[in-house]
Amino acid sequence: MIGAHDSVIVLTISRMLIPLIQLYAIYILFFGQYSPGGGFAAGVIFGASLILAILVFGPETHAGAVATKVVAGDGLGLLVYAGVGGLCLIGGGEYLNYAALELPGLSEPARRSLGILLTQIGVGLDIAVTAVSIVLSLSFIPHGEGSHG
Amino acid sequence: MVELLEAVIKRPNFVAFVALFLWGLYIAITHHNLVKKLIGLYIVQTSVIFFFVTFAAKQGATVPILLSNDGKIEARAYTNPLPHALTLTAIVVQVATLGVSVAVVAGIYRNYDSLDEAEILKKLE
Amino acid sequence: MTNWFELVLLALVLITAGGAILVKDLISAAFILGSYSFFLALVWAWLGAVDLAFVEALVGAGLATVFFLLLLFQTAPKDKPIRRTRPPLAALLSLPPLGLLLIYAATDLPAFGDPSSPASTHVSPVYIENSMKDTLTPNFVTSIIMDYRGFDTLIETAVIFTAGIVCAAVLWRKEA
Repeated sequence: MIGAHDSVIVLTISRMLIPLIQLYAIYILFFGQYSPGGGFAAGVIFGASLILAILVFGPETHAGAVATKVVAGDGLGLLVYAGVGGLCLIGGGEYLNYAALELPGLSEPARRSLGILLTQIGVGLDIAVTAVSIVLSLSFIPHGEGSHG
Repeated sequence: MVELLEAVIKRPNFVAFVALFLWGLYIAITHHNLVKKLIGLYIVQTSVIFFFVTFAAKQGATVPILLSNDGKIEARAYTNPLPHALTLTAIVVQVATLGVSVAVVAGIYRNYDSLDEAEILKKLE
Repeated sequence: MTNWFELVLLALVLITAGGAILVKDLISAAFILGSYSFFLALVWAWLGAVDLAFVEALVGAGLATVFFLLLLFQTAPKDKPIRRTRPPLAALLSLPPLGLLLIYAATDLPAFGDPSSPASTHVSPVYIENSMKDTLTPNFVTSIIMDYRGFDTLIETAVIFTAGIVCAAVLWRKEA
């Protein structure tokens, strides 16, 4: 159902815009502690850039195929988040108590700030991949004609 | 009675919340089209989030981001961030469950070839 | 509370919600729902919830509209009633008293913007005053959702992951 778009303007502009959108998503992710944003918004913006790649270039071309393969990393975000909690357990504190992360040379507020950053990366990854995955699931043609690539 | 009218008129946000909540709930219950039911549920969820954010506001307060680190931090000068945190989770979970319900409606269409509740109930018999 | 644009924003929110419900063409309803989300994001920004306005504009005016449009491109985009039915009596009898009860509860609510309301005292000033000292994070909402209340965000991430899996389980099929 989704094929490559046939207008040169759309293809060229998308080729320029998609890296800018992803850069903006990474900026929002890392500045989530100092301005509005954080992991949720960054994940949605990154997922939107991948959905744009699929919709404009089609799933068969190289750009679209990269975006469809991103769905293979589906559980990675949750693993990162829960894994940071597990690292805190290893460091001797309670689950998700970032003050117990074992890193030399960092004071306790700095450790908690680092813990916030790591878990925000996990949340952003999770939301980005889920958004792409739901869009790919919804774009199957009924009755089995063709595929999403 | 006069106090009730006065209390209602001073809170237009609350009246808007009640109107959206009841209208969305009515549409979710009674409309015959499945997609309109989803729209009704979406409106119900967003109206509840509206209510939460309304009672987090403070007169003369700014957004909940620290302005400057020196001096005493007045809690009076910042909007209450705790309902914002609760409703941020609610918004993201709302869109995730919207995705699931849209998938279920697509599955129903694939099997029964209609989005109308009466037709589907007739085909089920 | 005393600015004229606040009532205009509220009226726009109500009008677009009504429009999304009442139009017959479902693709138009999806777009009007997107504009409802956008006006709602403006209301959040007016009330001081900038993080929420950001996320609402992204997921409401963005992802929700995309999901609805993808659904409608595969199914019938028209809303044709098969027969005119009377609305069920139970809904008509029970919803107005519910509305009246909710309106009656308005007398017990704190005044709009009261800084000494129960929601803004007790725990919330503790988070505001200690967030920079404990976590080096000026954004209070981020420090609350990720550090002070981190378990909620963990389970929410699990819910989002499960939603993606369920969509795939319902809709994917092998090609014949």
